[in-house]
Amino acid sequence: MLQQIEGSAAVAQAVATCRPEVIAAYPITPQTHIVEGLGDMVKRGLVGNCQFLNVESEFGAMSVCIGSSATGARTYTATSSQGMLFMMEAVYNASGLGLPIVMTVGNRAIGPPLNIWNDWSDSMAARDAAWIQLFVEDNQQAADVHVQAFRLAEAVSLPVMVCMDGFILTHAYTRVDVPDQVDVDSFLPAFEPQQALDPLAPITMGAMVGPEAFAEVRFLAHYKQLEALDLIPRQAAEFEVLFGRDSGGLLKSFDAEDKSTVVVTMGSVVGTMKSVLADMRQDGSSIGLLSIRSYRPFPKQQLCDALAGAKRVIVFEKSLAVGMGGILAADVRMALANLPIVVHSVIGGLGGRPITRDNLQRMLDKGVHDELEEPHFHDLDVAVVHRELERLRDIQRPGPSAESILRDIAGAELIARSSE
Amino acid sequence: MTRVPDSGQRVKFYQTGTFTVGNRLLDDAQRTVQASAERANSLDSGHRACQGCGEALGARYVVDAALRAANDQLIAANATGCLEVFTTPYPESAWRLPWIHSLFGNAPAVGAGIAAALRAGGRENVRVIAQGGDGGTTDIGMGCLSGMFDRNDDVLYVCYNNQAYMNTGVQRSSQTPPAARTATTTVAGNEPGNELNTGKNVPLIAIAHGIPYVATASVHDLHDLEYKVVKAMGFHGARYLEVFVPCPLGWGSRPADTIKVARLATQCGMFPLFEAENGELKASTRIRERKPVEDYLKLQRRFAHVFAPENAHQLEALREIAERNIHRFDLLADGEDTA
Amino acid sequence: MFQVRIHGRGGQGVVTAAEMLSIAAFEEDRHAQAIPSFGSERMGAPVVAYVRIDNDPIELTEPVLRPDLLIIQDPTLFHAVDVFSGLADDGFLLINTVRRLPELHIDDALARLSDHHVYTVAATELAMRHLGRATPNTALLGAFTALSELLHLESVISAINDKFSGDIAQRNVIVARAAHDAAQAD
Repeated sequence: MLQQIEGSAAVAQAVATCRPEVIAAYPITPQTHIVEGLGDMVKRGLVGNCQFLNVESEFGAMSVCIGSSATGARTYTATSSQGMLFMMEAVYNASGLGLPIVMTVGNRAIGPPLNIWNDWSDSMAARDAAWIQLFVEDNQQAADVHVQAFRLAEAVSLPVMVCMDGFILTHAYTRVDVPDQVDVDSFLPAFEPQQALDPLAPITMGAMVGPEAFAEVRFLAHYKQLEALDLIPRQAAEFEVLFGRDSGGLLKSFDAEDKSTVVVTMGSVVGTMKSVLADMRQDGSSIGLLSIRSYRPFPKQQLCDALAGAKRVIVFEKSLAVGMGGILAADVRMALANLPIVVHSVIGGLGGRPITRDNLQRMLDKGVHDELEEPHFHDLDVAVVHRELERLRDIQRPGPSAESILRDIAGAELIARSSE
Repeated sequence: MTRVPDSGQRVKFYQTGTFTVGNRLLDDAQRTVQASAERANSLDSGHRACQGCGEALGARYVVDAALRAANDQLIAANATGCLEVFTTPYPESAWRLPWIHSLFGNAPAVGAGIAAALRAGGRENVRVIAQGGDGGTTDIGMGCLSGMFDRNDDVLYVCYNNQAYMNTGVQRSSQTPPAARTATTTVAGNEPGNELNTGKNVPLIAIAHGIPYVATASVHDLHDLEYKVVKAMGFHGARYLEVFVPCPLGWGSRPADTIKVARLATQCGMFPLFEAENGELKASTRIRERKPVEDYLKLQRRFAHVFAPENAHQLEALREIAERNIHRFDLLADGEDTA
Repeated sequence: MFQVRIHGRGGQGVVTAAEMLSIAAFEEDRHAQAIPSFGSERMGAPVVAYVRIDNDPIELTEPVLRPDLLIIQDPTLFHAVDVFSGLADDGFLLINTVRRLPELHIDDALARLSDHHVYTVAATELAMRHLGRATPNTALLGAFTALSELLHLESVISAINDKFSGDIAQRNVIVARAAHDAAQAD
């Protein structure tokens, strides 16, 4: 049904149509509205016999999901940022045990400094945990991809996290056609677990495995993800036939074919980026956009195919591997290793720093002329950084940088305003 | 009683005719589950526990009794630890019932998830047991345990308390008694062994949560242990059972002394046996013949140093614990006095 | 595309105002986007919300830097936050205040705007009278529908009924209507 609705509410409604049987809920900004919405729906009897558990921590949440999914129940939870870290042991456990749990990640920065705004650090922290990671560009996709996620997870027996930018998507009111129950039922069959704890056929799950077999078990996890590379686009195509929308899939090209420069990115920044690139093309630039929708498994071959004609790629990401550089950039470079393409790495939007058409334009103008540092920190206030570095050098016991930078910025604002 | 589907292997029945299961002197109705040829043997032979392992004994009794009480409809979640490791040496498993090992600190939550799934599927006749050692339960699992109590999830949680992290090489846990030697509380310096702390009494914490049933039991009284398991299974909601299980390796006691050491712990007051329901203490097992704490301690090398004159204060601290327990749980009949 | 920026303080219903505006646009079969920009839940802290309305799907997710309509729910913000940043010369300015414009000391900002695009509404007073609460948002939205052809009052009323129910909804409708009528009369 078409509604003007908060992103979180759209996701909650979409998840509810997937007939989850157990939901574990622990609050953390900015995913909280999702579990609140689901909790309310469960209480009103709108989600069948679904059991909604308010748990004591994110670690508890994922652990409840593990027990539930292992018993053959369709299971869901959501988290962000610090919560992802708190449940990390269980995150690895869920995928290691092959449990098809679906989790929404309301992407939020990881502190310190404490920050509730959007970036991808939480999803990136889990990128090697053998979960399938799907990124959505807008709230319509957010609703749609959750429906696909349950089917995908259960088909490959791997957990799936649907990553949506915190606040920008979770808290945005937009027009969403939330999938109808009837349509979801014909797309998503009942859960047939590959394994289940059942007194009629007892099994032992989670035994210790030594050096003699561990490598093989790990290889199989990798292999399963690679199989998902086939399944994801097929499912997205089926979804499009039934629902009439192009949501999900491995990646999406927005005028990237035969362009000499292609911007590669994920998530909600795609919307703003499209607008900037359209303007640049109007001014004569040969530039397009590639949105990665499946981050894990990483669509290496598909990326190569899509970028075959490009001379230059600019990777824009809201993540940083401290001490190294771009994370998505590294993955893209690895995929394109055998192609004669220059790859620039741009890191922006950290901690919710606004990404605007103006600042993107300025960055891209440099990018198409190969004038970006490696990596390029988008919209960085270099003067503030220099002042802080000086302060650290000159003062003994300088104190925490975060606070001093905030003071610096506040002071600069005061000076600016008083001179108006 | 029906048997759990087995692999076709005939189980060697070796428990008849011993006092351990009270066979000869009791009529059929009063015999333990273990006395029956039809027992489940949910924890089967072939596991890799140490000789004299209190936990192996306790777990077999607990799970068999729970299985029987649940008409064979039981699923188990197990924390990382000795029990998990010695029962599932890949590619073998000693468990005859559906069993999952997830992580060290989350067995209560995994149990809660299993119970929720069963409830969602309208299969509440299938019961859930979650179990772990003291490390996994009273330390790293404490948050999840409290959450399970708070939600009153329909799970029986069993803690096998051998008072240290045994699986990883005998390190101190919140259950390690004052003065006890472990690998992280060595017998060295001015305060040899574990510090003289106030201890963390998890059965009392469980009682404070007001859950339907809390009890302590020990492997020296297997009838009592089975009775408490069966009673616990008669309740729905969160239940906590703490079982005292000596560890010969970690405690430095003789494997053949496991039952004896467990009995002495209760007889001297160090490990009181009691039951509580809905936040109220209901019953405690009186000590018939009180033993001095020294009798208990001297069988364990982890306490050897407390007998040195310079450590008299440690011995005194241990005596005080026993004394406090005796008072608090009213373990002596009126008129009886200190040993 | 019509862009709106709403400034206020936590507890004044800034985010709800943005949401209602987007719902009102939806009622008129337009595409709309409302994005809040705020921190942890805290009463009294400055809050901003953005709204975009268009006939075509909206894909931009940047903050509203060049608003066509600026709604100021709390005049004490003038000296705390740069609320006028980016306001278009032909843009609308709607301020919640009982004071007259000259008393607000914002002449520099007003200078480049056209007179009939600037309007003050005693929204808090209206809300206190009919609602018993100091939430000026529905009054401001009601007034806006009189100032511009962009949205109809009926759509805003529909949005109010979507967001609220029962007595609260009714009273908010009264507030919106009263503000609309007053603005129309001016």
